[in-house]
Amino acid sequence: MSGVILSSKELSVGYGKKVVVSGLAFEVSRGEVLTIIGPNGAGKSTILRSIAAQLPAISGTVSIAENDLAAMSAHDIAQKLSVCFTERITAERMTCEDVVSTGRHPYTGRLGILSDKDRKVVHEAMELTGTMYLADTDIRCISDGQRQTVMLGRAIAQQPEVLVLDEPTSFLDINNKLRLLSILRELARSRGIAVVQTLHELDLAQRFSDKLLCIRENKADRIGTPEEIFTGAYISELYSITSGTFEPVYATAEAPKVSGEPQVFVIGGGGSGIDTYRRLQRQGIPFAAGVIHENDIEYPVAGSLAAELITEKAFEPISSESVQKALAVMKKCREVICCVNEFGTMNMGNKKLLEEYERYSKV
Amino acid sequence: MSRKRAIRWTICFVSLVLLAAVSFVLELVIGSADISVSDVFSALTGNNSDKAAVTIVRDIRLPRSLAAALLGGALSVSGFLLQSYFNNPIAGPYVLGISSGAKLTVALAMMFTMKYGILLNSAEMVGAAFVGSMLSMGAILLLSGRVRNMAQLIIAGVMIGYICSALTELTVTFADDANIVNLHNWSMGSFSGISMDNVKVIAVIVLAATAAAFMLSKPMCAYQLGESYAKNTGVDLKLFRTALILLSSILSACVTAFAGPVSFVGIAVPHLVRSAFGTSKPIVIIPASFIGGAVFCLVCDLIARMLFAPVELSISTVTAVFGAPVVIMAMLSRRNQKGSV
Repeated sequence: MSGVILSSKELSVGYGKKVVVSGLAFEVSRGEVLTIIGPNGAGKSTILRSIAAQLPAISGTVSIAENDLAAMSAHDIAQKLSVCFTERITAERMTCEDVVSTGRHPYTGRLGILSDKDRKVVHEAMELTGTMYLADTDIRCISDGQRQTVMLGRAIAQQPEVLVLDEPTSFLDINNKLRLLSILRELARSRGIAVVQTLHELDLAQRFSDKLLCIRENKADRIGTPEEIFTGAYISELYSITSGTFEPVYATAEAPKVSGEPQVFVIGGGGSGIDTYRRLQRQGIPFAAGVIHENDIEYPVAGSLAAELITEKAFEPISSESVQKALAVMKKCREVICCVNEFGTMNMGNKKLLEEYERYSKV
Repeated sequence: MSRKRAIRWTICFVSLVLLAAVSFVLELVIGSADISVSDVFSALTGNNSDKAAVTIVRDIRLPRSLAAALLGGALSVSGFLLQSYFNNPIAGPYVLGISSGAKLTVALAMMFTMKYGILLNSAEMVGAAFVGSMLSMGAILLLSGRVRNMAQLIIAGVMIGYICSALTELTVTFADDANIVNLHNWSMGSFSGISMDNVKVIAVIVLAATAAAFMLSKPMCAYQLGESYAKNTGVDLKLFRTALILLSSILSACVTAFAGPVSFVGIAVPHLVRSAFGTSKPIVIIPASFIGGAVFCLVCDLIARMLFAPVELSISTVTAVFGAPVVIMAMLSRRNQKGSV
């Protein structure tokens, strides 16, 4: 179940003569999940449409199992590749089972009558997506999350080798997002299906993809594993993040920092200060924080939000140098908030800091 | 579930066929001339000695009944094809102005040839109607690329219909006195005056086109989910769309050529059939619409003939009374998207 199933060479995609993205080259192996990320309007959906043979490539090739897509018949493509889009379904009086059944069309005869085997495949697809209970329900009467899983069921019933999904998690709540992406992972693992999708949720893209293709300014900017992509300031550059910051390890975003002379000093550590940092940010109060170890869980949040941050090297006790530095900042603040209840061995410096400040403020 | 559905569909199909049979017999039996049921049957089988009765049954009532049935079926299927094409349940050959386009070209052709004393044969009438259908259809297709929603497209269709009707009226106004009555009757819509020879042509065209439409059931089903999904299941969109347009135009052209414009059947019948069968699967709805359309037009023709006998109403008058409310229902069910199966 290994080996490259989908590949592209020198691919340029777009509408008519207007090139949207050019110079695409990538390979997806069986059982692999490739997620395309990038800012709005970068051309992610256009790439997907070309991969799915919905839109002819302007130049270059897309190949499935070494067959050029442009040379394959619609019928052959249908047996190898299926799609899942987010557009609303307006079909009247179609039950969810009817919808999933259309996935069998590439395998049925002229009139599309299902055989027992087809019916079995349809039921399997519905069970896999957990939509069996919707079988007799009108497709227009279900929620967005349900519809999305039904449409995934349709795509699965087509028994594809490549599954192409355009923003499959849009409009879904977090539970449904996780469920849908887990199904995709499971499909990739158990059936060796190659999954190509676009996602806007970077945290999910990071956790559910084998490879990420980053599109920026009409080009494939980078392609690599999540570890390679979610590193340093790359994501911030990719999306040109200007208001706020993006933390690559957990793939989370923070609101923009309130700059200026710190008015409040927060003694935090071990995650205790995070809520306070965010509250002060919301209230628009510039603050300083310290002393935070560089490996502290709240270090990224403090770094993103604090106007001034006093830090200590990872795994080292807090030095008196750092304490003095923090104290100097503290003395300029009108208020000090200590979020730590118990100071541990490595954190003794912060205890000292608090004591020194209390002595200072009494004077 | 499929068991429940199978039972529902069987009941619906059997009822439709029975209704068709009953309305067909009624259409043969009921009329201004009093002919008994047994006399009608003997006339049909050729064992009746009453010459007047034989003529009435075989030359007037039988072709009329057959035409009503076939053309009613053709209208419904044509409507269903258009609804599939535009993905909208209130599309139909009448509201989109396609019937009126056909009416105009047929009137023009008739006027022109009558001047030279030539009478158009059936095939030529259908040909003229087809040209008109395609002209209106072309206008609608051009507009459909520009208008933003279906409501606007329907309004555009109705307007095209008005323009064509006005031009037809104009044509009729300048017709010779002798032709006016005929032309006027026809342009209002009627199943009268259709000969057995006409019926043969109608049967060939309508049955062939309906069979062809039936063969498109599978791509039509995929198309109901939208273009992308249809394409993904291997449908050649260009070919498929062209086939839909041609078939629906041929069917409605055939109706207009022989019976003039008949209103609302194309929307009302598919809507009723979809509701009764609880599905929109073309493989079920195409044959069901055909039979349903036959029943609808047979009954409406019966009413048109008998309600104020001997004065005959135009068929559109009756189909509008029964059909238009159904169209409104269809529109409302579209509005609250959450219809049930």
